[in-house]
Amino acid sequence: MVRRSREPVLWAMFSGGGMIAALLLPATVAVLWIAAPLGWVEAPSYEGLRLLFLHPIGRLSLFAVATLSFFHWAHRFRYTVYDGLQLYHLSQLIAILTYSIAVALTVIAGFVLVTTG
Amino acid sequence: MKSVAVEVLRYRPETEAEPSFDVFDVPYEDNWMILDAINHIKDQVDGTLSYRWACRMGVCGSCGMMVNGKPVLTCATYVEDVLPGPVRVEPLRGFPVVRDLVTDIQDFMVKLQRVKPWIIREEEKPLAEGEYLQTPEELEDYKQYSMCINCMLCYAACPIYELDPEFIGPAAIALAQRYNLDSRDQGREERMDVLSQHDGMWGCTFVGDCSVVCPKKVDPAGAIQRYKLDATVDWFQSVLMPWRKR
Repeated sequence: MVRRSREPVLWAMFSGGGMIAALLLPATVAVLWIAAPLGWVEAPSYEGLRLLFLHPIGRLSLFAVATLSFFHWAHRFRYTVYDGLQLYHLSQLIAILTYSIAVALTVIAGFVLVTTG
Repeated sequence: MKSVAVEVLRYRPETEAEPSFDVFDVPYEDNWMILDAINHIKDQVDGTLSYRWACRMGVCGSCGMMVNGKPVLTCATYVEDVLPGPVRVEPLRGFPVVRDLVTDIQDFMVKLQRVKPWIIREEEKPLAEGEYLQTPEELEDYKQYSMCINCMLCYAACPIYELDPEFIGPAAIALAQRYNLDSRDQGREERMDVLSQHDGMWGCTFVGDCSVVCPKKVDPAGAIQRYKLDATVDWFQSVLMPWRKR
């Protein structure tokens, strides 16, 4: 039986975004902004990082992190507004607005990643 | 003797339109539970006080009430742990009040039935073939979720249930998971049809209070998130591999 609810997709992106943001972003901050400036690890060179993120796999990873994080925000914000402000009659509108913002940000992120370099 | 002020919500629909609080000064002994204090009021002070209780040992699940705003089993909460008082005792939040501390639990009973909390077999094997055997590992898979005593503290703790009474709720979903994870059960699809509706698992936003208040460490919030993962895997399979049936 095909279930018509869109929630599984939205929830998958929400939880994927939460996971990726929780794992990668603190690690990035720890390495680049704490460990490297304090000299605990050798700071990666600007040129090295630039090449890393200009590589197709680098671009794709950045795109995944950004997109999933946007959808994580959209899902969480949707329910915060929906439940928190108890706007049940506006549920469709809230969903359309929040996910549209995530889609728009995704398009911008994709554009930036494709055109940079 | 030590004593504590206990504010009990009273509601007598035949004489009053609105609930009010009665305050009782209750003498208590070491190791008294809140339920002992309420029983003292009923036995010694005011026999008209209505509430539910039975086992006094955290098994029957009938003495759940709000104590100082938190859903607890009154038989498992020490008076000494809620001192200095006054101790406010109210019926479980989110349920209609029938009288005093007695709530109408019909909604929960209906929801419980909807998730089919029993072992479903496509075909029962003949008695002569014996019982359905299970290894200790297979028992371990669902045992935690089988500890639920239907006390409804998780419903009283759940802000979603309070806001949206259609939400099927923590205990019902955890109990569905209990049967899904049972190696003898084949009813996963049927339950998924119920729980993937909008009033099912997707109503949950993982506040997590249900697991905090659960007196049996069932962790309904964990069960619901596992269920969401299962539903998501189902969805991707049905889209990417439509020929494959789970």
